[in-house]
Amino acid sequence: MRVQEKIIEGLLWLSAAITVLVTASIIWVLLSESVQFFSEVSIVRFLTEKEWTPLFAEKKFGIMPLVAGTFLTTAIAIAVALPIGLTIAIYLNEYAHARFKTFIKPLLEVLATIPTVVYGFFALTVVTPFLQSFIPGLAGFNALSAGIVMGVMIIPMISSLSEDAISAVPRSLREAAYGMGSTRLQTAFGVMVPAASSGILVSVILAISRAVGETMIVAIAAGQQPRLTLNPLVPIETITTYIVQVSMGDVPHGSLEYRTIFAAGMTLFVFTFLLNNLSFWIKKKYQEKYD
Amino acid sequence: MTKKQSKLEASNLDAFYGDFQALKNINIAMEEKAVTAFIGPSGCGKSTFLRTLNRMNDYIDGFRIQGQIQLDGRDIYAADVRVDELRKEVGMVFQKPNPFPKTIYENVVYGLKIQGIKDKKLLQETCEKSLQQAALWNEVKDKLDKSALALSGGQQQRLCIARALAIQPSVILMDEPASALDPISTAKIEDLIHELKKDYTIVIVTHNMQQAGRVSDHTAFFYMGELVEHAKTKTMFTSPKDTRTQNYITGRFG
Amino acid sequence: MTNSEKNRLKDKAFQVFGIFCTFIGLVVLAIFLIDIVIEGIGRIDWDFLTSLPSRRAARAGILTAWAGTLWILVLSALIAFPLGIAAGIYLEEYAKKTKLSDFLEINIANLAGVPSIIYGLLGLELFVRFMHLGPVLLVGALTLSLLILPIVIVTTREAIKAVPRTIRDGSFALGASKWQTVWNQVLPASFGGILTGVILALSRAVGEAAPLIVIGALAYVPFVPSSPMDEFTVLPIQIFNWTSRPQAAFLTNAAAAIIVLLLITFLLNGIAVYLRHRQQKKIKW
Repeated sequence: MRVQEKIIEGLLWLSAAITVLVTASIIWVLLSESVQFFSEVSIVRFLTEKEWTPLFAEKKFGIMPLVAGTFLTTAIAIAVALPIGLTIAIYLNEYAHARFKTFIKPLLEVLATIPTVVYGFFALTVVTPFLQSFIPGLAGFNALSAGIVMGVMIIPMISSLSEDAISAVPRSLREAAYGMGSTRLQTAFGVMVPAASSGILVSVILAISRAVGETMIVAIAAGQQPRLTLNPLVPIETITTYIVQVSMGDVPHGSLEYRTIFAAGMTLFVFTFLLNNLSFWIKKKYQEKYD
Repeated sequence: MTKKQSKLEASNLDAFYGDFQALKNINIAMEEKAVTAFIGPSGCGKSTFLRTLNRMNDYIDGFRIQGQIQLDGRDIYAADVRVDELRKEVGMVFQKPNPFPKTIYENVVYGLKIQGIKDKKLLQETCEKSLQQAALWNEVKDKLDKSALALSGGQQQRLCIARALAIQPSVILMDEPASALDPISTAKIEDLIHELKKDYTIVIVTHNMQQAGRVSDHTAFFYMGELVEHAKTKTMFTSPKDTRTQNYITGRFG
Repeated sequence: MTNSEKNRLKDKAFQVFGIFCTFIGLVVLAIFLIDIVIEGIGRIDWDFLTSLPSRRAARAGILTAWAGTLWILVLSALIAFPLGIAAGIYLEEYAKKTKLSDFLEINIANLAGVPSIIYGLLGLELFVRFMHLGPVLLVGALTLSLLILPIVIVTTREAIKAVPRTIRDGSFALGASKWQTVWNQVLPASFGGILTGVILALSRAVGEAAPLIVIGALAYVPFVPSSPMDEFTVLPIQIFNWTSRPQAAFLTNAAAAIIVLLLITFLLNGIAVYLRHRQQKKIKW
């Protein structure tokens, strides 16, 4: 029976170790293909060229247009989700009744469970025509409506993480503020939000990371034209969309064009990896502060 | 009166949680088929010592001991001792009743089932016998298939005692078994301890000195990781040798 | 107006704004669902559910797409469920608090934050090219299993953590081994919570399109897959494909397929919420 125990423990350990293998494989896959890519295209070209046209006859390999597209949609999404999400968090914490809170939170979570391809459809067929009715010159594919819809999708992420952070602030702080005659609003912005700022920051960073990696909404609604621009009204292309675009075509495995998606993927991975670890680091520091 | 032999014996026992020494050079012999009570202020090491007697601290990171504990003359920390065998010999009842979220019957026969015993008749007989020993049979005989969580706190604790009896140990460790119970349930548990000591060696941790006086034959007083005094309960409560014991018993600190 | 009146007015104004924000997302969601239902519900009939894809919008159906989605759902459950639970048990019950376990923890948190499309690249290189499996159901399920593995592990750990220490002590004290304690006490007591987490993770997998597109799942599959080694499509890919076409009739098809996809997603989420609720009612420590 002791042997059986050891075997079981070994199997359980193996399952946990697989997660390390997954990370290692991701890095290996991205690195090995990227290295081959960069042996043909210099990193300097990759970082400085202003056009991304690997699928055309005259090939340019500047990642900047894809990064710009990703940045643009992400910025719009955060511009939508941060004020709304943070307001919800404050409202639920400082104003709403406990019963309203338990009723509304699962409903907000529904926003996060809807498949992103469905959000893409919404952006393309509802939001863009609606915006076109009062924004002349808004293209059929654009960063604006994709970004707005993505923002709606990540509202619950910011609101629930921020709410956790705010409700973790010691009661005594809030009571002290009320004791000095502050209104709920003054308490919220004068005391609670500053005290919870690192937790709120973590929620925003994770939301950014999520938006950077989001694929289907931008693939459907933002276009497939890599463009070094910050104009939200014209078609652009994000890193993720480019990977989808190449995957849908019939680029032969092992070609330079094929390797571009791994170089693009590597860029994406580096961004999200840095953002995620930044958030872990802040979270850890913050926890130590309150212990 | 013939002197009974000692069942459990600790010699030169030290215990550590990481760098913190929780027990310092404990030497004590516990008599067979008698009740030994451990008393002392919280944090004095009495619970830690109790848990070394069936190696319940094995799973705590950084816990280690030096010295020896012998059960019937055998070192229970020897390399060839199997913890599961040891615990069949040394049963334990905890501070808070901790029935499993299963039926009453499943709770009592759990220890047998994990030994691989499948004989239905044997299981049922053991179940009845253990519940009777624990003075619970009459209260639960018609609802053996009901959830144990539906019982009252006192009943749950007697169920946990029945559960321990079912695997036929020779020693039962009790870690403040009545501290979470009302006075009536406590009295029932104490009566039960009186009954059980005819067949079992019982070691009980308590912070309630009246309880120690009521139920135990011997009492050991722990203070800051040391065993200060160990004597017949009557002797200890009437003429303690150490001033620390005296101070504790008379309620000067606690 | 005094200062204090001004403050109270601002306070009220923010309250109204708070209510507005809380509901704006839900209102958008409602508009959207209504819009989809109006556009798509008329298209859903027996033929739509049982027809193969077609180049003509009016004849196209979603048989292969929902069959593929169901296959993916079942296969991913079979792979991710045991693997994730086993890893969760190891980390929560067996692993000592060491540098190594800290590393495992950070690693899993990192995996949870890797964009889904990166998992697609992993699946493409590892399963399709390196193992020569091709863009088949098994590869899709493996890829999505890796994607949801961190979620399954984290929820398993949460559920196991909720089982009180005293239950384990009780079991150990009766001579049970570690695994006997996990198997007989910890898992049954936490199973509801684990199942809830797994179902939520599966509902995420069912909605994914990007990683499957990257591994090479096709939009047009003219047959219903009959084994894990068959090529496949899924509802999200079919929706993506139809949404990308200019003809209005295909958008109607997409809306109809979205209704089916949302029904599956909401059904899974509903089951998860129900299970969680039941678990909370059943066991009170």
